[in-house]
Amino acid sequence: MNEKSEKLIDKKGLRLDGRKPDELRPVKLQVGAITNADGSAYIEQGKNKILAGVYGPREVHPKHLALQDRTLLKCRYHMAPFSVQERKSPAPSRREVELSKVIRESLEPAIFLEYYPRTMIDVFVEVLQADGGTRCAAITAAALALADSGVPMRDLVAACAAGKVEDTIVLDLMDTEDKMGSADVPVALMPNMNAITLLQMDGTLSLEEFESTVNLALDGCKQIYAMQKEALKTKYVSVKEEEKEENKEEAEE
Amino acid sequence: MAAVITRVKQKQISQLVAKGNRLDDRELTDYREMKIEQGIIERAEGSARVILGKTEVVVGVKIETGEPFPDTPNEGVLTVNAELVPLASPGFEPGPPDENSIELARIVDRGIRESKVIDTAKLVIEPAKKVFVVFIDVYVLNHDGNLIDASALAAMAALLNTKMANYEIEDGEIKIKPGYEPLPTKKHPITITCAKIGEKLVVDPSLEEEQVMDARISFAIDDEENICAIQKGGSGYFEPKEIFEASKIAKQKADEIRKKLNW
Repeated sequence: MNEKSEKLIDKKGLRLDGRKPDELRPVKLQVGAITNADGSAYIEQGKNKILAGVYGPREVHPKHLALQDRTLLKCRYHMAPFSVQERKSPAPSRREVELSKVIRESLEPAIFLEYYPRTMIDVFVEVLQADGGTRCAAITAAALALADSGVPMRDLVAACAAGKVEDTIVLDLMDTEDKMGSADVPVALMPNMNAITLLQMDGTLSLEEFESTVNLALDGCKQIYAMQKEALKTKYVSVKEEEKEENKEEAEE
Repeated sequence: MAAVITRVKQKQISQLVAKGNRLDDRELTDYREMKIEQGIIERAEGSARVILGKTEVVVGVKIETGEPFPDTPNEGVLTVNAELVPLASPGFEPGPPDENSIELARIVDRGIRESKVIDTAKLVIEPAKKVFVVFIDVYVLNHDGNLIDASALAAMAALLNTKMANYEIEDGEIKIKPGYEPLPTKKHPITITCAKIGEKLVVDPSLEEEQVMDARISFAIDDEENICAIQKGGSGYFEPKEIFEASKIAKQKADEIRKKLNW
């Protein structure tokens, strides 16, 4: 690959896309993106384009999977065949199976699972375009979709990766940095509880570097958390205002 | 990995751990008795058995020739697969690998891949065309908790035990010559798993402890005491300070095990 010769960080300390080391990519969040789903959200983070939809609580299928004391949370992370450079087979890969599991485990602590025994909640994540850090963006969107569905939650889950690129600790790695960098640490956080619900790493970091990388990622999570809250307000404040106007019209009649 | 544990026992374990004790009298940072045997399967190019308390894992390494990945034409290929065989636990079922066995395989894979254990550049026969493919098959024979550490250790021990046939190329065909060479290995990562039970971290959780734990976190630590892979698992969470505490415990335990094994 000729990309290797490319410098990932220039003399001014800026990254390939002109970002500073501790800067997020532009994030766009939209709550309510699929009318059929009980809750849904859409995220764009850099070139990532990801949809999350929630169905449930609904009847468990197959029935024997039902849990007597809580709801069964199911999660499917899936990448569209056209989401990456080389076409990806639509069949679930081992990577997708693992990511589905870790995404589910990152969301479980946030939900009051015990409120809906013998039911299940489906979380579906479709990556339409991938640009590095899809699992984090997927969690951010899935948490919003869950909140949108009205499932009682302890907190939102916000996720962001940090890593090491050419001896610099950077926030929110994009595809090239992820592939060429020397470490990638995705983190998911429930900010109100200071609870880390997802943590993975690959690459090489000393213990000290690891601590500062995690702290930078946590900082990114908090920035994303603020945007999540804003996105929820945008939907529900506008709904409330519409309602107000309708009421006014009715009163006038 | 369903298996039944009574509420009484759950409570007993949580209460003991809260006081710094464990059901089997271990300290919170103690491993169970560990036994490693290498070269137990003659047909495999490399093999090892790890016994960790009552957990038993066998790893076999097979080496074949194949094509390299298009984006890494000058590197051999490494693949890790894990089988949770039904005889190992009442909770394991026959059938295609489920998410638990896929996760286990991928954690073992990441530990070996990210720390660059195998010198993959030395596995190339003909760039972009023919390379050696190293198959690591993790076979869980008895599940009593902490499959991650046992599997990672067994995989590493099996790789250190792996022999490659001598060969020469004649008219594009591989000809096997007598004698063997060891697989070119560079590093020796050791994976350490901590489980969070209540407010405490315990190392090397047993199956019963895994059924009580809130969450677990595994660190692969290489020879230079760097972290090269991490995986958090389980439906609970960690506070940041617990993560950093776990990373320090992992470094210390990896160091102890490394000294004991002379890796």
